[in-house]
Amino acid sequence: MIIAERKPVNEIVEMVRDAERVLVLGCRGCVSVCSAGGEREVELLCSLIRLGKQKAGQPGEVRGATLVRQCDKEYVDEIDQWQGEYDAIVSMACGVGVNFIANLRPLDRVYPAVNTTFFGGSAEQGVWSEQCAGCGDCVLHLTGGLCPVARCAKSLMNGPCGGSVDGRCEIHPEVLCIWQAIHDRLSRFELREDLARVVPIRDWRPAGHGGPRRTVRDDLTV
Amino acid sequence: MGFTPNLQVFCCHYTSQQACAEGREGLSADGFPANATINRLVCGGKLQVSALLEAFEKGADGVCVIACPPDECHNLMGSQRAARRVLAVQKALAELGTEVGRIEMFHLERGFHPEFVRVTREMNEKITKLGPSPFKGEQS
Repeated sequence: MIIAERKPVNEIVEMVRDAERVLVLGCRGCVSVCSAGGEREVELLCSLIRLGKQKAGQPGEVRGATLVRQCDKEYVDEIDQWQGEYDAIVSMACGVGVNFIANLRPLDRVYPAVNTTFFGGSAEQGVWSEQCAGCGDCVLHLTGGLCPVARCAKSLMNGPCGGSVDGRCEIHPEVLCIWQAIHDRLSRFELREDLARVVPIRDWRPAGHGGPRRTVRDDLTV
Repeated sequence: MGFTPNLQVFCCHYTSQQACAEGREGLSADGFPANATINRLVCGGKLQVSALLEAFEKGADGVCVIACPPDECHNLMGSQRAARRVLAVQKALAELGTEVGRIEMFHLERGFHPEFVRVTREMNEKITKLGPSPFKGEQS
């Protein structure tokens, strides 16, 4: 899922300082699962913005709502039901949601309430860790299902840097050396020889370095 | 003119048992601040961040949360959860540029009434010194 974290409240309050009527809009997708922008977080942010505005002496009405998703036109169109009832939208979705509202609603002011951080999973309750970099050229079939692009601090493609200690990354000791883990895992399947294969210099264009990416599925476009 | 704070006390069923048995008159006689309102919860774990923020929205100058010692909660983790939620509100108050001490967590033995009164009085004195909540705007 996409992981996000709420921005500091004072930043958000500053964004909407001129808006008397604020609509805080949550998303029931990824940000709901990672407890950054679901219904509960919308309720809290509404309270926090109200408190911030009261402290700043700014009059205002803050209300909240949550959409099924903010990355699909049909759900974003549901904002129509509140048309004329807000001066600004504060989106608690990931950056995709904010962009979709901006794309689809040219007359609405929309602001981000969260920082979109990475693609990850729930490591334990209240903790999320990065697992995928969305680089567009997956090598997981070569690395035992463990991603060196996202999970190696140096995104090395041909084995460890040599700095790890006791299977831990030299840069972030709390993180596994993913190349050690890849080695151990492939060894378990007697596939260690696969590591001798040299991965050529990577083409980073699919990772977004060639500009915004787009996927077209002709079978679905009609 | 003197300032009398609006103090909201959130406490679990167990820590407030004796306080509630005393009744309002009994509490006053023991020195429990007349301006403090008790909000009783079945357990500290039931406390939500939204309820604490709502207290400030509704005019609280200070919030006092009282639950069992962290490792003695009747429901195991409730008291620890309450403490985490108080920390979350303190963080939010800091982000809003407000004194984090306007909300405090206290872990007390169950039903130990004198301590319950003492921490509430302490909190009341502290909030009186801090003055009105900045969230009250012109009302203060």
